[in-house]
Amino acid sequence: MADATPAISLRDLTVSYRGHPAVHHLSGAFRAGSLTAVVGPNGAGKSSLLGALGGTIREFEGRIERDPALRVAYLPQASALDRSFPVRVHEVVAMGAWARIGSFGALRAADNAAVVDALVAVGLSGFDKRWLGELSAGQAQRVLFARVLMQDASVILLDEPFNAIDARTTADLLALLHRWKREARTVIAVLHDLAQVREHFEQVLLLARERVAWGPTAEVLKAEHLFKARQMAEAWDESAPACKVSA
Amino acid sequence: MSLLAASVLEPFIEFPFMRRALVATWALSLGCAPIGCVLVLRRMSLVGDAMAHAVLPGAAAGFLLAGLSLPAMSLGGFVAALAVALAAGFVTRATPQREDASFAAFYLIALALGVLLVSLRGSQVDLMHMLFGSVLAVDDAALLQIAAVASITLWALALMYRPLVLESFDPGFLRSVGGPGARAHMLLLVLLVANLVSAFQALGTLMAVGLMMLPAAAARFWVASLPAMAALSVAIGAVSGAAGLLLSYHAELPSGPCIVLVCGGAYILSVLFGARDGIVTRRLLAASHLTR
Repeated sequence: MADATPAISLRDLTVSYRGHPAVHHLSGAFRAGSLTAVVGPNGAGKSSLLGALGGTIREFEGRIERDPALRVAYLPQASALDRSFPVRVHEVVAMGAWARIGSFGALRAADNAAVVDALVAVGLSGFDKRWLGELSAGQAQRVLFARVLMQDASVILLDEPFNAIDARTTADLLALLHRWKREARTVIAVLHDLAQVREHFEQVLLLARERVAWGPTAEVLKAEHLFKARQMAEAWDESAPACKVSA
Repeated sequence: MSLLAASVLEPFIEFPFMRRALVATWALSLGCAPIGCVLVLRRMSLVGDAMAHAVLPGAAAGFLLAGLSLPAMSLGGFVAALAVALAAGFVTRATPQREDASFAAFYLIALALGVLLVSLRGSQVDLMHMLFGSVLAVDDAALLQIAAVASITLWALALMYRPLVLESFDPGFLRSVGGPGARAHMLLLVLLVANLVSAFQALGTLMAVGLMMLPAAAARFWVASLPAMAALSVAIGAVSGAAGLLLSYHAELPSGPCIVLVCGGAYILSVLFGARDGIVTRRLLAASHLTR
């Protein structure tokens, strides 16, 4: 039960977004093979933290320690995706093989088979020739989960994966999260729905620009912690000069 | 029939400058139209226009230093437009201002600077030539430059196709897997500027944007995928180029605007009757659904 090595450790991590520090002096560890929810008020720095872990935000101080051999898959918020761009579902999912194919490598027969399998796993079998723009928001999110499956990563970062998604799709994708846990993958998800977090996630990081609480779900999601997080978010001084990250 | 054939073919058979102009517009279409498609799909349609204005001060500086020299004006235009793109990109990254605002700011500065430079030692005619070109006066050097840029453009697009497409619709994913998103974006801007500069003598920078954007915007109404769009837009540009040259020859009108106006005609026809989302087409489809 007691985890041996953490998947990712943070040492005094301060992350900046667009020149402003968004997360302050965060230390702690994401347990390997666990489902961790990152929760907190709006503007608490949840997405910035995930961006830093996923490698898309490089403006940070402190340390993010992980085995460099670990493969990380990062799914940004759905709003970052331009669904009107003419790409087919198959092409989107196949890009999950980027770590191997890169800019120029060819897709092998095995890759194409893996795409079909991934689409089956997210409940979209037969959708491979469809245009991304023809799909509903829920179906598009299933496509992105299929791409995460293709990435075959040991650490999976999800930023608000169930926003504006229908209940049926949410249930199916949550089942996928549990499958990843059984496969000993580490899942870190930014979420809003606390009932959902209590039901499905064993670990929670409660964030309000800095760490409010981090640990087992029942201990973190106590009224006093949630109250404190809300207060910290409201009391935040946007122009505070302290701990400016040098870009 | 033979009269029609004569009026279409004869100008090209009889006059070498017409053949040159035709080859120039076709080569320009090959390079410009695919770039236009990528810009349309990335919602960067106005960036082409901004870059066309940004070329001006560099070209004018080249003109002031070396006179009507194609290499000097091309190089100057290339450097000026890239400088505007880099400055706009820097301000977008360093401040909360969005890219469209910073692009607009810098191209307006560049445009004013260009007009000022031209006025130092030029005439109205020089300025008109820079903005609108003259395809009937394309010489060997210009033709070679156009052909070279078109070839490089097609190769570069083919090589960077995957990261460019990913960067267009899901930049966050490309960054998370360590893909060359910034390089793809930069390459697109470099190709855009190179094509505008190469179109400089034939069409002028402003008319070149027409050959770049109008066929691309028209093609979007007929086909869905980017490769099909690129192929169709090249065809629309090539046919419009030939038709525009003939119009200009027979009606004795300036060639650049004729070519772009024919492109514009193709665009308006596509907006109305395009198989995908054409206005009239949609009405007809809706009516047939109702009667069923």
